[in-house]
Amino acid sequence: MKIIQTERITDCVCSLALRAGMTMTPDCLAALQTARRKEAGAAAFALDTILENEAIARREHMPLCQDTGMAVVLIELGNEVYLEGTPLKEAVDEGVRRAYRRGNFRKSICDPLTRQNTGDNTPAHLHIDIVAGDTVRVTFLPKGFGSENMSRLYMLTPAEGREGIIQSVVETVRLAGSRPCPPVHIGVGIGGSFDSCALLAKRALLRGVGCNHPRADVAEIERECLARVNALGIGPQGFGGNVTALGVSCEIAPTHIAGLPVAVNIQCHCIRCEREVIA
Amino acid sequence: MKELTLPLSDEAIASLHAGDTCYLSGILYTARDCAHRRLFDLIDRGMPLPLPLQEATIYYAGPCPAPEGKACGSCGPTTSARMNAFAPRLFDLGLRGIIGKGEMNGAVIDAIRRNKKVYFAAIGGAGAFYGNAIKECECVAFPDLMSEAIFRLRVEHFPVVVAIDSSGKSIYQK
Repeated sequence: MKIIQTERITDCVCSLALRAGMTMTPDCLAALQTARRKEAGAAAFALDTILENEAIARREHMPLCQDTGMAVVLIELGNEVYLEGTPLKEAVDEGVRRAYRRGNFRKSICDPLTRQNTGDNTPAHLHIDIVAGDTVRVTFLPKGFGSENMSRLYMLTPAEGREGIIQSVVETVRLAGSRPCPPVHIGVGIGGSFDSCALLAKRALLRGVGCNHPRADVAEIERECLARVNALGIGPQGFGGNVTALGVSCEIAPTHIAGLPVAVNIQCHCIRCEREVIA
Repeated sequence: MKELTLPLSDEAIASLHAGDTCYLSGILYTARDCAHRRLFDLIDRGMPLPLPLQEATIYYAGPCPAPEGKACGSCGPTTSARMNAFAPRLFDLGLRGIIGKGEMNGAVIDAIRRNKKVYFAAIGGAGAFYGNAIKECECVAFPDLMSEAIFRLRVEHFPVVVAIDSSGKSIYQK
């Protein structure tokens, strides 16, 4: 058994949140630079502005986007770890609270009915997996809602199969149109249940741009989705163009013999995701 | 790129075509979902508004808090379609222009054509970039809404694309 103070998790969440809000992942940046070479006119202007914005945020330590997001925190907790101190959820929320204050990040979390802002961007959306080992792996994903709002969940029938999955992805992107800040990243969950499928889709967004699924049939679905989405011609910011999506990542899980859940989680052009292991 | 001064003149608006890129300089007012609901409440009750609607351009945005040494934090556009329900009535009341990101519905396009006004798209996600184009930022209404309050911004060299021009032509329609 290894003892880890939850104060270290607070510190870790705080530093990851600060970094994530100001940093585009390197693979995302590379994908945008490649996309720029394929566009002209207003679409090229949009990508130039996005690339300049990335440089400003990095240089001046400013949030890339004013939507510094809902704090999504994924923790892989080793089963040989004993957490001591403030309860884990409170420790995570405290890390979010500190980061959003120190970083001059926007506080975007509110009551769903009264719309009263919680004032400190808490609570974080916390997912915990118990895994083998004696470390705590923390992933921080600030999720903006321009793109989250455009995400969809389908409960397909098994007969709809592979083509149904691809059509669901294409339809989601078509309906989203110019609204989620394209060129988008698309996380797709296939299988599981109503709730777990959506989480699969979100986890798919964390894999890294241009990194296909190890299973050949899944990777083939990713490639076909990307080609058909880009054929829509929505383009950067919806101004029309060749690059509507930068990448499609699918994650799969066993499902029920009667169903085929498909979740499509849309991410704007900018993936902000930071990870750290507490040993 | 065209250089435009705010408030926008009728002539300037008439000269714009969907797809044009231009720089804006002058005064903008931010408003998002909650601020619009409150503006409508004031209008319904015949109360004075915290912004001069007849000359105003509204920026659909909610800024990050200003860091030390800057007038404003990151402040890019939010999704305009959420304001589909509000924009037509404000255009009919004299609003000159709006700035946001993404397509807006037919009712907004009709209102823009009817009133000869304009919708500009700012580049979504470019929060730091636009934050730096804001030289003054002052909360003029609803401070309890935090970032969703109405802020009066003075911007310089603020780049936008004409998304829906005064003839109703939209960059989003092929």
